[in-house]
Amino acid sequence: MREGRILLARRVNRQEIVRKFPRREDQLLPLLHALQRANPQNYLTPDDLRAAAEHLRLPLAAVYDAVTFYSMFSLFPRGRHIIRVCRSPTCHLLGAIPLIEALERELGIRIGETTPDGFFTLEAVSCLGLCDRAPALMIDGESFGPLAPKDVRELLTQYREVKR
Amino acid sequence: MKAFAEKKVLLSNVGAIDPERIEDYLDRGGYEGLRAALKRSPAEVVGEIKESRLRGRGGAGFPTGLKWELVLKSRAKTRYVVCNADEGEPGTFKDRVLMEGDPHRLIEGMTICGYAVGAKRGFIYVRGEYALSIRRLERAISQARQRGLLGRKILGSDFSFDLEVRAGAGAYVCGEETALLESLEGKRGWPRIRPPFPVDYGFRGKPTVVNNVETLANVPEIMCRGAAWYRTLGTGDSPGTKLYPLSGALNRPRLVEAEMGVPLRTLIYDFGGGLPGGRELKGVLVGGAAGAFLAPEELDVPMDFKSLWEIGAGLGSGAVLVFDETACVIDVLWSVLSFFAHEACGQCTPCRVGTVILLSLLEKVQNGSGDPAVLEKMLKVTHLMKVASLCPLGQSVRLPVETALEKFRREFESHLKEGPCPQCKATTEVHA
Repeated sequence: MREGRILLARRVNRQEIVRKFPRREDQLLPLLHALQRANPQNYLTPDDLRAAAEHLRLPLAAVYDAVTFYSMFSLFPRGRHIIRVCRSPTCHLLGAIPLIEALERELGIRIGETTPDGFFTLEAVSCLGLCDRAPALMIDGESFGPLAPKDVRELLTQYREVKR
Repeated sequence: MKAFAEKKVLLSNVGAIDPERIEDYLDRGGYEGLRAALKRSPAEVVGEIKESRLRGRGGAGFPTGLKWELVLKSRAKTRYVVCNADEGEPGTFKDRVLMEGDPHRLIEGMTICGYAVGAKRGFIYVRGEYALSIRRLERAISQARQRGLLGRKILGSDFSFDLEVRAGAGAYVCGEETALLESLEGKRGWPRIRPPFPVDYGFRGKPTVVNNVETLANVPEIMCRGAAWYRTLGTGDSPGTKLYPLSGALNRPRLVEAEMGVPLRTLIYDFGGGLPGGRELKGVLVGGAAGAFLAPEELDVPMDFKSLWEIGAGLGSGAVLVFDETACVIDVLWSVLSFFAHEACGQCTPCRVGTVILLSLLEKVQNGSGDPAVLEKMLKVTHLMKVASLCPLGQSVRLPVETALEKFRREFESHLKEGPCPQCKATTEVHA
């Protein structure tokens, strides 16, 4: 019952979001960003893709084509907060691998996975442009670095407390 | 020899003003460049930029004034200005610092460009990960609109121009200008075959100026102080100052600004504070992942377009990534190649397959299972990628591979003979 109400709420919400965008195909990325942001599970559902395609008068395949190209879009549920850890050459040189290992250990998941409570998803990114603070990571829009493996536990605990 | 100090032109406001207050920017002479431009004809503004000999800061170093002139002279009525803020080159964070610390400078530069080439609309394509840059730019744009610095009839003139921020969604290849345009149009970021170039066939097929953030940030200063002043900075071939992002094994990794032609040694030992713990420098990766490895003997090279080109390297983004004696060159190259293998867009075969072959060959070197022919095979692949890849992403992979092999050959050979070093082991075990 509760599930049904949430689904209904999201459908209404989806139409509200979609309507704000002009019906031009160059609006696709902004619209997809908005739809994904509105989903607490940080992903694009098949209904999202259909709504975008209909509104912009694009074939569904064209929307799917774009979505699968960009690493920030997901077709599968993710955590409420996304940890993006940098593995660029600079971060690699200054200890990205031990940092990633510490994150995986502390969260009990591997890169690409979501914690069982749905709080964090851990992703690796090619370069975050935080090279002056390497090794670095971002949680949602916030930057952290330089980080040693021993800093990970405190960072995650604090983040959980603030955002809970 | 000329003594080099830091020289803040583009960074003069960063850290000194509140980037969320337009008043701060105005108090320090902000938008005076736009006022000066609007008093002159578009052709005169283009002429001033041409005379300044400003060159594009995105990596290719194309003369900015010439690019603008091509769009100005086009017969099409609709034209666009696009700022390439899809900064994704490893080791590079200069555009982020500019956008976060002084967003109005970019907006002013783009507006002057719009006036000069006859565009009414512009886009700033910022990589999606740069959340703070996006927020600050959007705020700055709305402040500029409120003050009549953007929108209809700017500062009481007949010129109307507006800007929009567009967020990328995680794809390095979109830093290539035609891939960026495709992405802006709502498609996957696959590079177009050039020519035609964006000055003829850009956003939605219309003539478009695509300039890097740092390039456009130079424009207000040139309009205020003139081309002659600008040419007193830097070298004859590469005038002006340059932003150099310093990272890696340094005491003070940070963004510095200095005149073009500053020696690499000065950047590392004076501005970057040298290497921590008195360690020895082993090498430098200059220009980003798509850049060249330099050996310790090459530290006196002036950091400008021509001087780096003459030693078989390139200025690229200006990034300086330092590694010390404890680092393994093969391991650094592994990181560079896995970056390219991940970010190859998949459109053309030489790059899509070449990057993966290179990585697997290098992993043979890393885990000690390669034979001596492996290194020659790598060079064959990079040559093929150079001549046959569709865009600069694939074409430039040869640079780090060839320079690493040329300058650190002995390290490759000792891996082949003696098996993996501890760092290579650590890397390959994690990725096994």
